[in-house]
Amino acid sequence: MTDKIVRVASGQGFWGDSLEAPRQQVEGGPVDYLMLDYLAEVTMSILQKQKERDPKMGYARDFVGAIESVLPAIVERNVRVIANAGGVNPVACAEAVRAAAAKQGQALRIGVVTGDNLLDRLDTLLEQGHTLANMETGEPLSTVRDRVLSANAYIGSTPIVEALSRGAQVVITGRSTDTALTMAPLRYEFGWGEHAWDQLAAGIVAGHILECGAQCSGGNCLYDWRSIPDLANVGYPIAEARADGTFVVTKHPKTGGRVSVPSVSEQLVYEMGDPHQYITPDVIADFTTIQVKQVGDDRVLVSGIKGAPPTDKLKVSVAYKAGYKAVGTLVYSWPEAYDKAQCANQILRERLDRLGLRFEQVLTEYVGVSATHGPLSGSDGQQAPEVQLRIGVRDNNKAAVERFTREIAPLVLNGPPSVTGFAGGRPKVEEIVAYWPALVDKSVVQTHVEVIA
Amino acid sequence: MKVRLLDLAHARSGDKGDTANVGVIALKTEWYPLIARELTRDRVARHFEGMLTGGVDRFELPNLHALNFLLHGALDGGGTLSLKTDAQGKVYSTAMLRMVLDVPDAEAKQLGLPAAP
Repeated sequence: MTDKIVRVASGQGFWGDSLEAPRQQVEGGPVDYLMLDYLAEVTMSILQKQKERDPKMGYARDFVGAIESVLPAIVERNVRVIANAGGVNPVACAEAVRAAAAKQGQALRIGVVTGDNLLDRLDTLLEQGHTLANMETGEPLSTVRDRVLSANAYIGSTPIVEALSRGAQVVITGRSTDTALTMAPLRYEFGWGEHAWDQLAAGIVAGHILECGAQCSGGNCLYDWRSIPDLANVGYPIAEARADGTFVVTKHPKTGGRVSVPSVSEQLVYEMGDPHQYITPDVIADFTTIQVKQVGDDRVLVSGIKGAPPTDKLKVSVAYKAGYKAVGTLVYSWPEAYDKAQCANQILRERLDRLGLRFEQVLTEYVGVSATHGPLSGSDGQQAPEVQLRIGVRDNNKAAVERFTREIAPLVLNGPPSVTGFAGGRPKVEEIVAYWPALVDKSVVQTHVEVIA
Repeated sequence: MKVRLLDLAHARSGDKGDTANVGVIALKTEWYPLIARELTRDRVARHFEGMLTGGVDRFELPNLHALNFLLHGALDGGGTLSLKTDAQGKVYSTAMLRMVLDVPDAEAKQLGLPAAP
């Protein structure tokens, strides 16, 4: 049994990732689990808005298509699927998946994990003294309570393990941590105890490497990027794990991309905080203990990982309304493109002033000169063949932001010359849904697992 | 001798709220000590002067021949609040690699470092 290998394949790095990847992962070679990550920080609030309009919505609808694309293969090959596609409505998601499978004559056992959604309990929690203070600013949640759209605790691997042990072929969660989606099947298959810190941490590291899809297998890889083959057919990553907590990151044969120590290392440092303490609900992983080694073509062995007991808190993701924003752009051409763009910026700002419009923030960027690297770009912009003026405003006053959007187009006829690139029309006013990270005592969150057949 | 960090390391960056993180990974194992010595918290804070509203944290990952930096207040509020093109700090990585280091000639020669063009 010590030679047992469990293969977890990543088929989605975010909601909007490749629609082909899930099927390619199931059909491209042997895998035991297909892991699909759909949730980013603000996704929950978008889903909450959809649920308010229609109580049957509020989940990642792409997931239904993903399941349709991997049926009947997952049944024939006995591949189990784990996804946080449930968003704020895992039950409705499960029903949609059940119906889609039934259309293909398949009866799937579906595990549904709930209990992460705290929205209806917020006031009670606040009354009980849980401040849900912002982890970055320290402000109590009460300052934005009336503008809250969604509130979900990041839950760990335990309910997913339960769903698997009750025979679910598809497990649907709400706001599970991305890493739990990979760690849970390993914990289930190898029977890792809840105090097997090193193995649990290894599962988390495997999850961190896999959670962004192809970003560890050649996608967005800076190291020797020109030499990475066939990104058009990029292979998504697979973790081949063993009971001792070691695993090999690889991808299916005859796919593009590359799994190498540099490609995996770039993903390991992605969105990293303090590497000694990668905190999850199940375990704290120490990223300074990770050893990576090339052990074959497109095969990287990951080992040596140490873990420590978790804290008694869960992270909570709260989404709240935070005003409005709009961004407008115009393109100025040679000669003196940068000077013209700067001149247009000054004129626009003066006009906003004359209109008496004040904004919480006005930000100007010059795409082609300094938009992404600021003063570090070292460019004086003088030889730029064209420069895009990009100006954005943010404020609670929607009318002011609206008025701003009407001041861009006139510059085409009444500002500096050689201007183009305005075919997209007036900028759109967007309502900002901001992210409020907080902590809550673990004891207040009870997860629940239901298996439907 | 002037040496570009671009020729010594690769990097990836991401976001957490209004903080950008930049992981810097040595291209060769033997270059890591030099990078760890030169890329102090202060040096990185100076490099990004005018681009951050907060401070810089620095962590070492000798196991990956890597350093991790947290650049606080780098993203105009971050996430959906930000008006920046790079609202999620995706290319702070390459901004970091614009750094040019001054390395003693003998050391640069011994380590086989490419001179900045």
